[in-house]
Amino acid sequence: MCKDDSKMISEGSSFIKGMLLGGIFCAAVTLFGNFNKGHQSTTDHHHHHIQAPSEEELLKLPEPKRLELSQHIRVYCIILVQPRELSYWAAVVDTWSKHCDKAEFYTSEDVKVFRAVSLDTKDQWLMLRNALKHAYANGKGYSWFFVALPSTFAIIENLKYFLLNKDPSQPFYIGHTVKSGELEYAELEGGVVLSFEALRRLVGVFSDDVKCPEQGRALWKLTEEKELAVCLKYTGVFAENAEDSEGKEVFNTKSVSTLIKEALAKKPQEVVNGCCSDVAITFHGQSPNYMQVLMYGVYRLRPYGHTFHDSLIFLPPVDSDND
Amino acid sequence: MAASSSRCAFYLGFLVGTCILYFFMTLVWFERKFKMQPDSQVPSMAGQWGEENQSWRVEGSALINLRHPHLQGKSVSPTHVHFARVADQLYKKVRILCWVMTGPDNLETKARHVKATWSRHCNMVIFMSSREDPDFPTVGLGTKEGRDQLYWKTIRAFQYVEQHHSHQADWFLKADDDTFVVVDNLRWILSNYTADEPVYFGKRFKPYTKQGYMSGGAGYVLSREALRRFVKGFRTKVCTHTTSVEDLALGQCLEKMGVLAGDSRDSMHRETFHPFVPEHHLTVKFAKSFWYWNYCYYPIVEGPQCCSDLAVSFHYVDAELMYMLEYYTYHLRAYGYQYRYQPSLPEGVEPDSART
Repeated sequence: MCKDDSKMISEGSSFIKGMLLGGIFCAAVTLFGNFNKGHQSTTDHHHHHIQAPSEEELLKLPEPKRLELSQHIRVYCIILVQPRELSYWAAVVDTWSKHCDKAEFYTSEDVKVFRAVSLDTKDQWLMLRNALKHAYANGKGYSWFFVALPSTFAIIENLKYFLLNKDPSQPFYIGHTVKSGELEYAELEGGVVLSFEALRRLVGVFSDDVKCPEQGRALWKLTEEKELAVCLKYTGVFAENAEDSEGKEVFNTKSVSTLIKEALAKKPQEVVNGCCSDVAITFHGQSPNYMQVLMYGVYRLRPYGHTFHDSLIFLPPVDSDND
Repeated sequence: MAASSSRCAFYLGFLVGTCILYFFMTLVWFERKFKMQPDSQVPSMAGQWGEENQSWRVEGSALINLRHPHLQGKSVSPTHVHFARVADQLYKKVRILCWVMTGPDNLETKARHVKATWSRHCNMVIFMSSREDPDFPTVGLGTKEGRDQLYWKTIRAFQYVEQHHSHQADWFLKADDDTFVVVDNLRWILSNYTADEPVYFGKRFKPYTKQGYMSGGAGYVLSREALRRFVKGFRTKVCTHTTSVEDLALGQCLEKMGVLAGDSRDSMHRETFHPFVPEHHLTVKFAKSFWYWNYCYYPIVEGPQCCSDLAVSFHYVDAELMYMLEYYTYHLRAYGYQYRYQPSLPEGVEPDSART
């Protein structure tokens, strides 16, 4: 009896000692792990969501500084076109690309009607690579590079507003992101933004045939948007999903009518509020005619008597009458 | 023996301790993570032009706007500082009663979307149907439905409005359930005129009349005096139901009663009332044989200058386009953009205060 009791007591105390030690061990591991992760995130801003500046944030800057920023933030638009999309190409030339500080069209094949940089290839990944290389070589003085397809409509002022409080000498790779397995990438249809630093690193890794081969990964063919993400990942640059300060998407891979249709079906009580951001940057899948409607809707149509005192000022482009 | 069973107990205890603390830490860490969410959940002013529900007070069949003036002239949301002082002044100065021509079969498919979008900006809105519906609500005009009933419905609707509401508004707008109207821009057009002038505005057509008449689908708006004269015309039999072509017949009656057909174009002579959808006016080249060329009172402009920045109406707008136009007008914009067209303030309206 006594012997069993003492055995139980010694087992019990071992058990308790074990529990305590186990708890301490677990706590130590977790805290140490978190500490490591935390440390990393401050050096490499490894968030996946990135937001537009809030009015509060902007108002903290003095007015001359804000106006200076409006003028100094310069966007180089890279538009990848094909001759068979001529009507879209024409629409982009006549509409939103006029608001880029520089709009360069990169085509697979020369076309007499429009000026463009001919890349002499139909391979999508090669086109993207060469376009980015060309933009980098000619892009001194531009802080941000925006890649778009001709069926995408972009509002460059809202892009500039979004990028205002981000430092282009830091690596940024922003768009409408999607996860494919472990890889998070920005969908090309929604428009992709690279900071000058991100582009510099990318062009650097282009010469590495193992990490970022020209012919793409031979074993499994990735789309060019995914190839881009993989190459950037090797340089330590990760895709971030852009949202306005209310959490709404600003890069859209769908057209306005599709988004409204979806809102009508899902939230019929709050269609317009539930649909899209007030400061949306892109919509995709817009017909050439519809781009003219968007120019009117974004840059002209408004209700009289309502004014916004924005922190930035953007002037209309010269030689244009549809905005 | 005792030692090894103690050791087993120790290992078991170690395992249990680890597990317990793991679950505990997960819970605590999780909760802490939640608290650290960025303060993007600021109560959003997305409801500044909020949708639905708390917009109206119902008085019989009339919906009286509750939401204006906009939050005492200024509202701040995470995305913008928005001043509406000028719009609010016009709201009080230029009171508009909107009545929407609809029918029992269109309430769910069309009128409902008008109710959810542009009509919320009227001082008051009434939905007119052949049959009364207390839930929507609609007024029952006691007519049948159909194209040939359009003028009857119009006459009855204006008589109803004159009888019940003529002192509650300065201007009386008629629109279809597939017309989209930017009521703030209508107030701007009308701010140069008074309710006691016999005048009406719309998309002006020229045939069959001396002074022209206004397209029904694009919507037209009568001053209080014009409304009074229209109703008087029917009372005194100067006007009768001549044809079911509602817009022409109304134009002819008003002409007889000495009501002027006004020029609704903006200060750059661009049209504000439009009989088609924006895409059509902005991009389509009308065929030379199209009736439109012979009907327009003013010269047609094709391309971007077809339409004023301060457009008042579009027609043949389906449900989806209603919400899209509401989004373009009141929500989507280019941040910081300085508009090319900046008309001067109407008389008697004070500007927004300077940046605070």
